[in-house]
Amino acid sequence: MIALSDYLVVSAILFAIAVAGLVLNRKNVIILLMCVELMLLAVNTNFIAFSRYLGDTAGQIFVFFILTVAAAEAAIGLAILVVLFRNRNTINVEELDHLKG
Amino acid sequence: MPMLPELFLLAAACAILLIDLYVGDEKRTLTYGLAQLSLVATFVLNLQNFGAAREVLYHGMFVVDGMATLLKAGMLAVMALVLMFSRDYINQRSFHRGEYYILALFASLGMLVMVSGYSFLTIYLGLELLSLSLYAMVAMRRDSTDGPEAAMKYFVMGALASGLLLYGMSMIYGVTGSIQITEVQAKAVEILAAHPDKAALLTFGAIFLVAGIAFKLGAVPFHMWVPDVYHGAPTSVSALVSSAPKIAVFGMAMRLLPETLNSVLAQWQLLLTILCMLSIVIGNVSAVAQSNIKRMLAFSGIAHIGYFLLGLLSGTAQGYSAAMFYILVYALMSVAGFGMILVMTRAGFECESIDDFKGLWKRSPWHALMMMFIMMSMAGVPPLVGFWPKLEVIRAVLDSGLPHAVWLAAIAVLFAVVGAWYYLRVVKAIFFDEGEAPELQTAGDLRLAFSIAGLSMLVLGLMPGPLLALCAAVFAS
Repeated sequence: MIALSDYLVVSAILFAIAVAGLVLNRKNVIILLMCVELMLLAVNTNFIAFSRYLGDTAGQIFVFFILTVAAAEAAIGLAILVVLFRNRNTINVEELDHLKG
Repeated sequence: MPMLPELFLLAAACAILLIDLYVGDEKRTLTYGLAQLSLVATFVLNLQNFGAAREVLYHGMFVVDGMATLLKAGMLAVMALVLMFSRDYINQRSFHRGEYYILALFASLGMLVMVSGYSFLTIYLGLELLSLSLYAMVAMRRDSTDGPEAAMKYFVMGALASGLLLYGMSMIYGVTGSIQITEVQAKAVEILAAHPDKAALLTFGAIFLVAGIAFKLGAVPFHMWVPDVYHGAPTSVSALVSSAPKIAVFGMAMRLLPETLNSVLAQWQLLLTILCMLSIVIGNVSAVAQSNIKRMLAFSGIAHIGYFLLGLLSGTAQGYSAAMFYILVYALMSVAGFGMILVMTRAGFECESIDDFKGLWKRSPWHALMMMFIMMSMAGVPPLVGFWPKLEVIRAVLDSGLPHAVWLAAIAVLFAVVGAWYYLRVVKAIFFDEGEAPELQTAGDLRLAFSIAGLSMLVLGLMPGPLLALCAAVFAS
């Protein structure tokens, strides 16, 4: 039997991996986009686990909305990435350093 | 019908989206006019809700109360001002496209939903509608090298903030079993009475909520994106990003913290205190070192957010109304501050450095005077409007009875003096330095918007009473 806490631990690990990826990644902007998606999936796991445990459907409905918004977010993120690549010919995070004060 | 402003704005934005398809580039002003008109109409529709009783709609998903109505009026007024500033600027830089106005309208709709959202779901959807529109607007100038970089940073940081916020929401949902604000509040009280050990879980959720809100506000240590985005974005978009969305985030913070998690008030108060002090100190000190005016305004904005948090962390009705007054005035000052830059630009010239303002007094005394009002107001010099909200938040924190209130107030006042230094540096450049400030070449409506913004600093400063009374009335009951 898988307990609620197991799901929560998995989602906490996924969330931590995603945040670590956002902070530590110095190579590729696409990996940042993947980390953003992973973070939202960790939240989804949380919501579904709680929803099942509480016997309440609100959490599952929330997940549908998060999935939809995540799709829109990925579309905008990739569009910005394309513009960025056209202007700079690079998607290396370390080279995105024009803006400094 | 209390929801009419949102429904109207949604319908208008969709209609303008279609109309814009049939409008040629040379007639793009039509789209601008329609967008302005729909903002004004939404403002008027919203006025009907003033003084009406609080109404909860759609099974508790949506609320129209005094706070939402006043914040909406403020946001719509600021958005109309931003669009007035934008038209000439984006026209000169050949990205005068319909999408700009349409995205601005959808961002406004997102803000309206955010302050009226009464469940985690509606608040989240409003926030994303706002954020996604803003990401696209920051990247809109495709030929600039800085715009897309700023957009990418804004996007990643914004997505991280949404993720943190959602994680906090999921935790609180897990503890209380509801996503509706009043139900969560009631359940949280009930659960804490029965199982005091569950306070840790609620606090855990609250930490993530506070982090998400701090990211969106740009409070230290979640401020890294602010200077880069304000610097890299087209200046008219910086004016937008730095102003009205902050009012909306205040609405969201009020719904998520005092209205949802009042049972763990002491915990999030402590977090906000840390954010507040760091923002005031680091914001003001970093602003002194800037020579780029957009970055200076960004750090000054971070410092202002610190002062605003001083009101929010008081945890009293007086504190909330002071914070509300602060954020409304801040949004106006921020638009006016970026308006200063916009009024100086012309085709092929971006006003970036403080040195570009040198000698403006001789060229254009009226605009120099307006700029002095704006800078002095940001510094908090009476009788300009920026003075009053600072006074109110400091009074609120002293009356709050927090153990370290006196220290908070002392640091706030001390760093307000540091802040005055970099604002006065701009005033000195305008009035006393010899320089080659060129003839202003911006269009009439932009200058009109600038004069409105500048004069409002003085007028609101001489008569702060009505706005202050409106803010106090919201939290009086």
